[in-house]
Amino acid sequence: MNNKIDLTAIKPYGDTLNDGMMQMSFTLPVPVSPESKEAARQLGLKMGLEEAQVVHASDLGVGYTFFIVYGKCKHTIDFTRVKVSKVSSDAMDHDSVEAFIADKLKREITIVGACTGTDAHTVGIDAIMNMKGFDGHYGLERYDGIQAINMGAQVPNDVLIAKAIEVDADAIIVSQIVTQKDVHIPNLTELIDMLESEGLRDKLIVCVGGPRISNELAKELGFDAGFGTGDYAEDVAAFIVQELAKRV
Amino acid sequence: MHKLNLNWEYVNAARQAARAIAEDTQNFIEAHSTVSVERTIVRLLGVDGIDAFERPLPNAIIDNLSKAQVLEDGAAYWLGNAMYQLNCTAQSVAEKVACGDLDLTTLDKASAERVAEHIKPMVDAAVGLIEENKKNREMAIRTLGEGPKPYLYVIVATGNIYEDILQAQAAARQGADIIAVIRTTAQSLLDYVPYGPTTEGFGGTYATQENFKLMRTALDEVGREVGRYIRLCNYCSGLCMPEIAAMGAVERLDVMLNDALYGILFRDINMQRTLVDQYFSRVINGFAGIIINTGEDNYLTTSDAVEEAHTVLASQFINEQFALLAGLPEEQMGLGHAFEINPDQEDGFLYELAQAQMTREIFPKAPLKYMPPTKYMTGDIFKGHVQDALFNAVSIMTNQGIQLLGMLTEAIHTPLLQDRALSISNAKYIFNNMRHLSEEISFVEGGRIQTRAHDVLKEAAHLLEEIKSLGIMETIEKGKFAGVARNRLGGKGLEGVFKKSGRYDNPFLTVMLEAQFKKEVKSEQ
Repeated sequence: MNNKIDLTAIKPYGDTLNDGMMQMSFTLPVPVSPESKEAARQLGLKMGLEEAQVVHASDLGVGYTFFIVYGKCKHTIDFTRVKVSKVSSDAMDHDSVEAFIADKLKREITIVGACTGTDAHTVGIDAIMNMKGFDGHYGLERYDGIQAINMGAQVPNDVLIAKAIEVDADAIIVSQIVTQKDVHIPNLTELIDMLESEGLRDKLIVCVGGPRISNELAKELGFDAGFGTGDYAEDVAAFIVQELAKRV
Repeated sequence: MHKLNLNWEYVNAARQAARAIAEDTQNFIEAHSTVSVERTIVRLLGVDGIDAFERPLPNAIIDNLSKAQVLEDGAAYWLGNAMYQLNCTAQSVAEKVACGDLDLTTLDKASAERVAEHIKPMVDAAVGLIEENKKNREMAIRTLGEGPKPYLYVIVATGNIYEDILQAQAAARQGADIIAVIRTTAQSLLDYVPYGPTTEGFGGTYATQENFKLMRTALDEVGREVGRYIRLCNYCSGLCMPEIAAMGAVERLDVMLNDALYGILFRDINMQRTLVDQYFSRVINGFAGIIINTGEDNYLTTSDAVEEAHTVLASQFINEQFALLAGLPEEQMGLGHAFEINPDQEDGFLYELAQAQMTREIFPKAPLKYMPPTKYMTGDIFKGHVQDALFNAVSIMTNQGIQLLGMLTEAIHTPLLQDRALSISNAKYIFNNMRHLSEEISFVEGGRIQTRAHDVLKEAAHLLEEIKSLGIMETIEKGKFAGVARNRLGGKGLEGVFKKSGRYDNPFLTVMLEAQFKKEVKSEQ
């Protein structure tokens, strides 16, 4: 790392250290005009940009204007004090998850997954569970030592829980793709509430994943872990098997 | 036009196998009807509105007949009989049934012939209205003109019809030719059609007749302003397939998503139910001049686009035959496929080109619906914009019909106003800049592109032979499409399927089919 960088005060890099260069684009609900361009520039200044420049402005067809703005950010971040909630398990690949199950857990584990509530998008749960997996990362169905049950989309929380009881599951994984207007929050909260009232919460590992899900949000809602973009089946499996080993 | 040197023996064999598959399924379809088919008949006879508990009146009629276990004779007879006996309109019969003042099965029963004669003017009026809409569309296209193909197709999905209208009009001014109003999540699983204008939906807006009407008016208005006919698209799928087809025909929609296989695989709708529903909905769409969009492109969101490309082609062949049996002409078949190959795949663009060109050559009259990359779109919007550019390049190089524009923010959110503008300008730039490239290129004899197309066609032809021997239902039970298996007794909506009695009649089906097949004979002469 460049030793001229002051980690207690980092800012964006354009082509020179600490120039603070940033780009952004947005729409203002006013027609394209010298006044609206000036408004976009002033907005940049209010956002903490110095030398904000409107480099592009175009009409969007309803008297609204699209802007691209560059500017130099005056804010800095103390990188040495940044803390992030991460899934607390060691990274493992497919083979080491299977080896871990065989050596440490010494039994087949069962994972039930579903895309719950009104959400009809199976792409997330399929990527994690289906044999084929996603982008060259096999899904949980392919793992020796894991019985993976993918219930598909639009599964009500009570049906998911009933299935978990029926198959004596070790873990439940839930996918939420549609998060418009925060529709996923009450749905995820309901699942945890139902598990608690059935006295099952502590008996199961419960994870949630989706493009707008962070580990922090998942923890806040009472889940054991949250997974997002860039996480694959092995990341979910690694967490579950290590957590199971801890709980034995 | 022919650049791939395809083996036409395979094409012909595949088409014949698909024909046999569709005809075999048609025997099942013709012996059955469903609650949604019957509600459609009730709607077309003039019933609309909801009761005090917000139950749609068409549902009230069908509930009455189902409880009395006489639905097998068809709603046309029972509703028609009540209109005849009470000498009143379908709407006033429905209102009486909904509030419990009338049980349709307790009235005197006229002969089926007498009832058919009585309702004939209402049938003709509804069919006439739909014909009128078709003529109005043709007239508007003649006078206003339309954008060149591929049509630019964008979605609006705010949940609020009034906000949708603002975005749709903006999109039309930016250059869009087709506006699709995405439905709220889970509407496909409702066994009724909601009523009135709506402002609350998740990830989309309720498909209601009033929402159709509001958007139609708004698009006609902006179409006159920009000097192009702007087409309106909605979703004729799920448990209310034929009802939505009828609503769309009445409100002059132009394009409808319409695919039983999609509902079976991706929404777990019962296959018996939706195959029967699909037939009547395609008859209506065909008669109304509405372009259908089929959904085989979705297979590639769960299956690999390189390994499973042949399942898309096989499904297109089947969808073509189902549509022909419903009297829907080739010019209205927006058969689906998609640009979903992993961007890291070496020569992936060549494979996409092979698939798109092959589809074009095999279905020369169909306005093919080409779907953008979704599966491998990420939060890297800059790369996403380039992926969409390659997708647009394939489309103009192979003369696709309907370009469902990719959004650079595909993996992030439903499109913002500015996202849609960027994607329209991307497509306009590429389509204009490469407009006649397809006329200037040919592919190397026996090269990668020809070989790829040949392989996919061959595999599709084999798969169709296999499906022909299994039948469509068993094929789906075995998970041959999209890697998803569904049971013929599973899924949603099976309880709404019934076997027709000997007295059953659907007068709309008869009239519309007659008109379509007469037209076909005429155009062949």
